[in-house]
Amino acid sequence: MIEVKKLVKRFGLKTILRGLNFSVEPGEFVALLGPNGAGKTTFLRILATLSRPSLGDVKIAGHHLPADAAQVRAKLGVVSHMPLLYPDLTAEENLRFYARMYGIGNMEARISEVLEMVGLENRRKDLVRTFSRGMQQRLAIGRAVIHDPEVMLFDEPYTGLDQDASEMLDEVLRSVAAEGRTVVMTSHDLARAEDLATRFDILSRGVITASATQKELKQTNLLAFYKQALAD
Amino acid sequence: MMDKKTATIDSRPQTMNRPSSIVHRPSFVKATLAIVQKDLSAEFRSFELISAMLVFSLLVIIIFNFALELDIKVRESVTSGVLWTTFAFAGTLGLNRSMSVEKDRGCMDGLLLAPVDRSVIYFGKAISNLIFMLIVEVIVLPVYSMLYNVNLFRLDLLGVILLGSIGYAAVGTLLSTMSAQTRTREVLLPILLFPVAMPVLLASVKACNGLLTGAEFSEVLTPLNLLIVYDVIFIAIAFMVFDFVVEE
Repeated sequence: MIEVKKLVKRFGLKTILRGLNFSVEPGEFVALLGPNGAGKTTFLRILATLSRPSLGDVKIAGHHLPADAAQVRAKLGVVSHMPLLYPDLTAEENLRFYARMYGIGNMEARISEVLEMVGLENRRKDLVRTFSRGMQQRLAIGRAVIHDPEVMLFDEPYTGLDQDASEMLDEVLRSVAAEGRTVVMTSHDLARAEDLATRFDILSRGVITASATQKELKQTNLLAFYKQALAD
Repeated sequence: MMDKKTATIDSRPQTMNRPSSIVHRPSFVKATLAIVQKDLSAEFRSFELISAMLVFSLLVIIIFNFALELDIKVRESVTSGVLWTTFAFAGTLGLNRSMSVEKDRGCMDGLLLAPVDRSVIYFGKAISNLIFMLIVEVIVLPVYSMLYNVNLFRLDLLGVILLGSIGYAAVGTLLSTMSAQTRTREVLLPILLFPVAMPVLLASVKACNGLLTGAEFSEVLTPLNLLIVYDVIFIAIAFMVFDFVVEE
């Protein structure tokens, strides 16, 4: 579903990604872990077509980037630590706007379905600026799945959420993944990542330095694996 | 597959069959209108942008009214200058605000993620900015007429103001998209915008002045042509370069 070969990203003289190789099979939930400044967000922004690779080959759902960016965007849902929502619009107006941008047929039914999925059906007429951070993040996930994407990218979705909101987000993430979507998530919350993901990749200094599946981690735990990967 | 410590994936989850796509790429016009409608809905709920532009504009024309001791003849000759100074500065306020709404909460990324040509975003934002400018102008013109005792409700004059506003919104939207990506956007936008928009401002002032002072039509024709050419060229340039402006 996602295939990245020898990806390099430079900003001026600074090289962020240094020949990164990465691949994800359809239906996998990959947690991309690593320290601050490792290049996780830069990498996710390239996958999301928001940033151009300097060198290397990126293929998503059979389409090459950046050449087929528009086709890729139709199959992608992106959630970051920012909600990407308009505070002066209601929940349903936000979803309606994005539904129009994605050209979704039977829009109103889809909006109701998504609001129900993220548990905001009762708040559909409320302005987003009156929502708590957790509710905004749930609506942000609703916005990202409104066009039923095949691939979901989550960039630090738990940032700024309290314990209750994080647990609610867990449920929403599980339901998103349970529908057979391919998911890539960056996070610093190892416990949550361990609970949700089926594979764990460690990104450090611009390359993937280690990778393990959930089954392989049964013998150890994610924290030990993570520390070992960074120490090497 | 991985760079080091490569491990095989033996616990791959079942891949469900995804339903057929519900996405039908929207037409250019539909997506542009979606952005315009979104901007108008948000603004008519908060009135943050229009109220700031309007209060600023009214203050400027009132200050000019007190600052300049004007007889009827001089009033007609300074009207176009006062009006376009007001529109240009108020327009800059609106442009800054319009783009910072997109940038501050990451909504620009939301727009860039849509499967549409990126010039849709430019045209959507430019049309919204133009509408906000025109709303302010529609309120400012009668107030100015009353304060300065000058009749501004002439179709030819309104046509020139419309052409000037189109040019200003066209170049302003492009440059505000560029400046919004910097930390000093409030300062940077006027520094970038005024030199580039100088031809449209000068042509608008000249054309309005000619119409108000009853000059020959041939005198008004040159700045009018310049305005039309400027509008066409800048809309075409923005259409071509917007993708590069928003790219990382």
